Amino acid sequence: MSATTSQPRRLAFAPNWAMRAALLVLAIYTVWASTRLGLTWDRVVHGMGEGGRLLARMVPPNFERWQLLLEGLLESLQIAVLASAIGILISLPLGVLAARNLSPLWIAGPVRAVIAVCRSLHYVIVAILFVKAIGFGALAGTAALVVASVGFIAKLFAEAIEEISMKQVEAIRATGAGVMKVLAYAVLPQVSSRFIGFCLYQLDSNLRNSTLVGIVGAGGIGGTLFAAFKRFDYDFVAAILLAIIALIFLAEIISGRVRAALR
Amino acid sequence: MTAAPRAAAPASGTVLQIKGLVKEYAAGKPVLKGIDVAVPAEGITAIIGPSGTGKSTLIRCINRLVEPTSGSITLHGAELTGLRGRELRLARRRIGMVFQEYNLVERLTVMENVLSGRLGYVPLWRAWLRKYPEEDIQRAFMLLDAVGLPEHATRRADALSGGQRQRVGIARALMQRPEILLADEPTSSLDPRTAVEVLELLTRLTAAEGVPVIINIHNVDLAKRFARRIIGMSGGSVIFDGPPEELEQHHLRAIYGGEDWL
Repeated sequence: MSATTSQPRRLAFAPNWAMRAALLVLAIYTVWASTRLGLTWDRVVHGMGEGGRLLARMVPPNFERWQLLLEGLLESLQIAVLASAIGILISLPLGVLAARNLSPLWIAGPVRAVIAVCRSLHYVIVAILFVKAIGFGALAGTAALVVASVGFIAKLFAEAIEEISMKQVEAIRATGAGVMKVLAYAVLPQVSSRFIGFCLYQLDSNLRNSTLVGIVGAGGIGGTLFAAFKRFDYDFVAAILLAIIALIFLAEIISGRVRAALR
Repeated sequence: MTAAPRAAAPASGTVLQIKGLVKEYAAGKPVLKGIDVAVPAEGITAIIGPSGTGKSTLIRCINRLVEPTSGSITLHGAELTGLRGRELRLARRRIGMVFQEYNLVERLTVMENVLSGRLGYVPLWRAWLRKYPEEDIQRAFMLLDAVGLPEHATRRADALSGGQRQRVGIARALMQRPEILLADEPTSSLDPRTAVEVLELLTRLTAAEGVPVIINIHNVDLAKRFARRIIGMSGGSVIFDGPPEELEQHHLRAIYGGEDWL
């Protein structure tokens, strides 16, 4: 006993001083930044009052111009579905080509770079670029969301393919199967349910995103919403927002059902 | 033609001839140091030897899942090393393979797994649409009956036990109507009783179809029981090649080293 007490105390957990210092700095910066931005209590109270007035003007929602609303919603839906379909079709081969376990590095590298470029710009910026390049309307919105979809799901596809068991691939190769047969028999069966999950997720987010591209003139309900904001038609704004929320909810429920059925 | 070393199997010719086979994963460090083996046209040839001695590499060099560094491998006189693209695929479909961990496509049905043995033969559209020729489907059912899984055609492969999976693996390999069957530790993931059952099945079916077998196996007793010929490897070289009766204690000492375990 006495022999052990003379030894230095053993630490079960090494103290991480760097982390503690970083957290302290972060806390100090947060407090300092909030003072710099003039976030005073008075400002908050004032903002609350303004918000209350806005809310008051939003109720009751005005569905009188329901035709305009429906038209916009349908256009958004079409943009989302079309962009998802085209995006998925482009992403399937890109995903396979970008998977480093199946394609050689001199192919996978450049394809990954293309996907990274698609991801690097926010889709609203891409939508603005397309509006400038090919003009106002749904085509620009669709093109922008195709780019966004490719950037997102081609990468997910590639990552899913990189996680497959190569033993199954090896067995199918050993039968004398070529590349396309290996894809059909050893790769797709291992990734198909995840691919469908990614596709549903992308359709979900394209629905959401398609409501926004209209604000920059790329078609869909977003344009109607932006116009209503500018005319201070807040009751119509409320109607549009409720309709968008309903649409997204509906999509969520449907894709949830589909996902559950696939399991 | 050189005669098979020590002329172990009955003289019915050589189906597979390996000469001076060298494989280096890293330059200057050969895993296989010049292997010479002639595989007879019938019966089971077992390769035994300690882990890491290159048994698996040797078998995979034959169907080129592993690329040999140098040497020659001929199947019925036709050179296999150096084949590329379509020629390689045509060679692979003549060589069946059974794997240690079965390597079935887990999310496909048993029938799809068995029929995948025909992938080297059927056109792409038939493979994608599962429109296999009636003859292939009949043979698949026949093989499923033969391996004792008559009711399992529509089940998914991941629903099967280890022994059942390996039976499907054997059916898939035989579906190719192979000229030779490679088995890489086919029983190492199975319990002792299932291992014997699977080996009995493999022996019976390949004998019935006249397919010679090369099998990597850890278990020396099983090798002696089922093989007509045993090849002992150690350190990347063949150090025993003969019938099981001739395999004696001093050979095992030479193959595995030490003696306390004997």
